[in-house]
Amino acid sequence: MEFLSYMISGISLGSVYAIIALGYTMVYGIAKMLNFAHGDVIMVGGYVSLLSVTALGLPWWAGVLLAMLVCTVLGVVIEGLAYRPLRAAPSLAVLITAIGVSYFLQNAALLLWGSTPMSYTPIVSGSLSLGGLRISYISLVTIAMCVVIMAGLTLFTGKTRMGKAMRACSEDKGAAQLMGINVNRTISLTFAIGSALAAIAGVLLCSFNTSLMPTTGSMPGIKAFTAAVFGGIGSIPGALLGGILLGIIESLAKAYISTQLANSIMFAVLIITLLVRPAGLLGKYVPEKV
Amino acid sequence: MSKIIKLGRNRSLTLTKTRVVDFSTYLGVVLAFLIVNSMLNGDMLSRSFRGQLVPICCYIVMAVSLNLTVGILGELSLGHAGFMSVGAFSGVVAAMSLQSAVPSEPVRLAIALVTGAACAAIAGVIVGVPVLRLRGDYLAIVTLAFGEIIKELINCLIVGCDENGLHVIFNLDGTKTVSDLGLAEGGIEIIKGAQGATGTDTIASFTAGFILIMITLVVVLNLVRSRSGRAIMALRDNRIAAESVGINITKYKLMAFITSAALAGAAGALYGLNFSNLGATKFNFNTSILVLVFVVLGGLGSIWGSIIAAAVLTILPEALRGFDDYRMLVYAIVLILVMLATNNAQIKALFAKALGPVRRLFAKPQKGGAANG
Repeated sequence: MEFLSYMISGISLGSVYAIIALGYTMVYGIAKMLNFAHGDVIMVGGYVSLLSVTALGLPWWAGVLLAMLVCTVLGVVIEGLAYRPLRAAPSLAVLITAIGVSYFLQNAALLLWGSTPMSYTPIVSGSLSLGGLRISYISLVTIAMCVVIMAGLTLFTGKTRMGKAMRACSEDKGAAQLMGINVNRTISLTFAIGSALAAIAGVLLCSFNTSLMPTTGSMPGIKAFTAAVFGGIGSIPGALLGGILLGIIESLAKAYISTQLANSIMFAVLIITLLVRPAGLLGKYVPEKV
Repeated sequence: MSKIIKLGRNRSLTLTKTRVVDFSTYLGVVLAFLIVNSMLNGDMLSRSFRGQLVPICCYIVMAVSLNLTVGILGELSLGHAGFMSVGAFSGVVAAMSLQSAVPSEPVRLAIALVTGAACAAIAGVIVGVPVLRLRGDYLAIVTLAFGEIIKELINCLIVGCDENGLHVIFNLDGTKTVSDLGLAEGGIEIIKGAQGATGTDTIASFTAGFILIMITLVVVLNLVRSRSGRAIMALRDNRIAAESVGINITKYKLMAFITSAALAGAAGALYGLNFSNLGATKFNFNTSILVLVFVVLGGLGSIWGSIIAAAVLTILPEALRGFDDYRMLVYAIVLILVMLATNNAQIKALFAKALGPVRRLFAKPQKGGAANG
């Protein structure tokens, strides 16, 4: 029974990682860049949803919608100002710019909201009792949210025109442009979707942690990045699989091995996986052609 | 372009561009040391700047060594602080446990640096062998993972020393403390788990930092200009072509990676012995990124660029103290703007136009390569 409850908390934690990792992996798939600022967009989402409830007096669902709106705009603005001018630049330059954006967001949050952690009221409280097992409603909401988002994204990329344009751009930007796809707009759209997902992830993450500070997003950001690579970066089902597996590994490692080394165990699993499957669990291995 | 200087009947020195750059790098470091040292003796430096001198030396060595991996070998490493951490804590353990056996401070410092370098080199082998099989972003994430693992492992480490030798325990469940070491009377507690190394005898000095920079330069510049260095750069430029002319990929990748790790370890040992208290969390992902920023802003593959970037960017946040809360925000904006200005074709063209007349004054006849330094 104990094992089952650890599994459920692992799956719900993993669902949060999966939602963040989806943003990472979509951006990587299309722009071929590691967006290190993604974790900090989560933090902004958390703050906006918290402040719209405490300071503006909005109901929680309006706070979540406002957070999604703010993060979407933020994501598109970041992409337009910082990343778009560097589309032809070496990937390392883009990486450093992303790190600069991440520093910027963290320090702007520090100035605006201070370094003391704020307490965050979970969007849903209480828990469900099933026999001896207690499952908090927030875990259920998170898992359900993750399933809905996953299904929505699969439909979107598979069926809609914009989704197809997105896949075309990640396959070959030049060819996509020749077919009349507006590449810049497609990339902006990807950032918008990724950032909106980050806002949802921010709300869920803060509901788990019940506290919020300017560096809240960085470690989950790194873990979600790990999850995206674990599942095969660029692959949407891979992000889901990677996120949930990492969540379970972290939860079980904390419970049965060592709280102090939980992250190390998670990273060690990643390293071993990559040595066996260099492109991640579901990633495509593309051999180099000469 | 190259001049030939006669040094005797059968000896001559060819002054190629790279040689000139190398000699001026050495000369610049020596001059900078002499100037700063005389200012230090003349008591012309502020207290906060004096405190920054050894860290600046450490970060210069870190940047030059990371440049060997990122700029010369061409593999992105996001876990360089992990090697610094290994060097720092092994160096501190070496220096503290030899406190009574080796009374001379400089000798003890040298032993600590060598120990730090050796331990970091071993860590380099352990990390490098599996990691260097991967490529690109996958390699980056795995180095990041190793950096985090090293940080957490050192966080669990409790080390003490008495007349029976070193006592090490591994605090897996977070319940053990220093008293579990069972130290004899008069034993020293060196590393205390999550608290890190406390009560370290701070024997690091600016002169030692200078000597370490010079050793790093000799090692890195000689490696880069050697046959092995050319093989390493060939790997960076075109792995498949390099392999097809018979260059052993694993050997040369490991050579660059381990040299880089060992130098980072020495820098870490110096850094560790500069502070009486030091926690493992100091060497986290952000420190790795900080050093990477030095390397990229200084110019990939450019050794003197790394030196200047590391020195300037370590002083800059201190110099921006006047802005107080805004300094890190300013730092972030400067970072983004510099990356945009150096990498966007339109902005670059704008700069070239504005600087055209100035540039023509200093025009050099040869076309500079991208990675000379």
